[in-house]
Amino acid sequence: MYDLLFQITLFLYIGATVGFVMHVVTLKKGVRKVAFAILGTAFSLHTILLLLRWLAAGHTPLVNLHESLSFFSWSVAAFFMLFQWKERVRALGAFVIPLATFGMLGAAFYSRKVAPLPPALQSWWLPVHATICLVAYGVFTLAFAIAIMYVIQERQIKKKRLGAFFKRLPSLQTLDRMGQLCLKIGFPLLTLGIITGSLWADSAWGSYWSWDPKETWSLITWLLYAALLHQRLAVGWRGRRAAYMTIIAFGVLLFTFLGVNFVLPGLHSYSTWYE
Amino acid sequence: MNRPQIILIGVNHKTAPVEIRERLTLEGDLVQSLALLKSLPEMDEVLFLSTCNRVEILAAAQNGSQALAALMKLWTEKSGLAVSELEKGLYVRKDNEAVAHLFRVASSLDSMVVGEPQILGQLKDAYRSASDTGSTGTVLNRLLHKAFSVAKRVRTETAIASHAVSISYAAVELARKIFGELNGKTAMLVGAGEMAELAAQHLKTHGIKRLIVANRTLERAVQLSKELGGEPIGLDEMDDALIEADIVISSTGAPGTVISGKRIKKIMRPRRHRLLFLIDIAVPRDIEPEVNKIDNVYLYDIDDLKGVVELNKSQREKEAKKAERIVEEEVIKFEQWLESLEIVPVIQKLQKKAENLRQRELDRSMKALKELTPKQKKAIETLTRSIVQKILHDPIITMKNGAKNGCDNKALLESACRLFKLDTVKDEKIAPSKEKRNT
Repeated sequence: MYDLLFQITLFLYIGATVGFVMHVVTLKKGVRKVAFAILGTAFSLHTILLLLRWLAAGHTPLVNLHESLSFFSWSVAAFFMLFQWKERVRALGAFVIPLATFGMLGAAFYSRKVAPLPPALQSWWLPVHATICLVAYGVFTLAFAIAIMYVIQERQIKKKRLGAFFKRLPSLQTLDRMGQLCLKIGFPLLTLGIITGSLWADSAWGSYWSWDPKETWSLITWLLYAALLHQRLAVGWRGRRAAYMTIIAFGVLLFTFLGVNFVLPGLHSYSTWYE
Repeated sequence: MNRPQIILIGVNHKTAPVEIRERLTLEGDLVQSLALLKSLPEMDEVLFLSTCNRVEILAAAQNGSQALAALMKLWTEKSGLAVSELEKGLYVRKDNEAVAHLFRVASSLDSMVVGEPQILGQLKDAYRSASDTGSTGTVLNRLLHKAFSVAKRVRTETAIASHAVSISYAAVELARKIFGELNGKTAMLVGAGEMAELAAQHLKTHGIKRLIVANRTLERAVQLSKELGGEPIGLDEMDDALIEADIVISSTGAPGTVISGKRIKKIMRPRRHRLLFLIDIAVPRDIEPEVNKIDNVYLYDIDDLKGVVELNKSQREKEAKKAERIVEEEVIKFEQWLESLEIVPVIQKLQKKAENLRQRELDRSMKALKELTPKQKKAIETLTRSIVQKILHDPIITMKNGAKNGCDNKALLESACRLFKLDTVKDEKIAPSKEKRNT
């Protein structure tokens, strides 16, 4: 049952991706509406999927990579829809939804087995910490997609080669504003995620901070976003530099989220437990 | 029962040089030219279109080839051109081709600058003159109204008109891709020039909040600000203004640089790195080209803007293909209407004949039914009328559908005339009331 539902959801995400990309190519209103309808269906199913998983596992389903990636995709889709509702940014779907789909594809690769929760993770900190972190990742993913759009549009205007994207992407200022908004939402969440993680570490292992690779890289990620936010708010940094910085910070964030688990062993390398 | 033929003959900028075109304008005055054309007995309806790029005559006639010959004769006589000279650049379009040509002209697909809306206004003027002088009738009225609505369809359903080709439009389009909505933005005009003023006005219509006008002489700045609704400043106050401005249009006649890279670099920090869009339309240029290398600053000079315009032109041509499809569609619809024109007189005859018969038979019977109450008489009246209507309903629908489906309704109509013994309606003019019914 779970497997089938997961496949359908994944399939719908792929369909939504195709829809949003087609909308950018054709610029047809109807195509966008269809893409949104598919995404809405995918998101609803995905929500049901997460709830089912929760009931089946008996604990917050954010323990292994399959679950984390799935929830990550869910939060990307959720924020995308929230943003569209607040202010419609043209072509955003074509850049964001593929990322959510990638997350789902990644989730499809990992074991979906529900295993008993190891003692170290048995705490009510689990839902708090993991949810906050993954939601923060979702917002930063949106910021990343917006930054990519900014870089493309900026290059065209700067080089004076106004190609097919010129017409299709929003204005620089709109993209910059949306990027900043993502940062303002994402940064407090990330901060909260690290704080809750630290509190959890204290209750589980008796130490707030043990320089575990995941912790170290989280700190690096946090510092990067902190620097970006500071430059934006205090110095008035914006535009191209802010966009590049957003892209770099997201690269580091991805490494913190996924790379650390594979490359560097430590307390957080939960994925290995279930392989 | 002949349906009117539509003919269009003319020359345009592609087929004939201006020396030929200017000799084809008939009389100096449009109304006189129309009167002259109308005086030809072969014409039923006529329209004369004369613009700087084209001279065309559109006519509806019962006999197309006779009308064409008459038009050619008139044109060669009036212009003094030899027939061969005239024919070299002349295009002759008949019926559907003529309709298609008119639709394309109205939609600005045949213009020198495709998509430029001017021609539609000219065509409307030509139509107004023609209809004021009574030169147009059922067919051309319908045709011209259709042409206007096709033009509207093309404008709204394709992006043909949105890729405007003027420099000032390109500047505004770029500004909108940098800033999004322009409300609340500040623009600065440095120096004066026709093109700069035009761009400034364009920006104003797009919601610019403030316009600062800088000039070497404050006097000129004050005068320009009054015209454009801006705030005048001298060139020495420009640094502060540059900090506030989002869009700068420079067009001074100065021989050297007015805004240097250093100057812009210096103001970026106090601007808090806000995006700055500089448009340099002066020749020689006012703004150092290096300025474009500064982060968040975008400098476009006159050649860059021309590049944007060129790009728009090629996009227009793509949209033109879409527009051609709309034209094709509408030509078919018009053709169907033309065919229905032949049917309407037949239907009217049929209804008239039936009504006459009914009336006569009813009168005759009423003499024997004198004792009936008025209410009963009324019932019989209604009865007869509805019998007639029911009987005629199917034949009429069949004829109407025949025209719509494009099958050979000529044979159908002839059969109808023979079956019901209707007189032929060949020489009868179409009543003007049908125009209303069909529009």
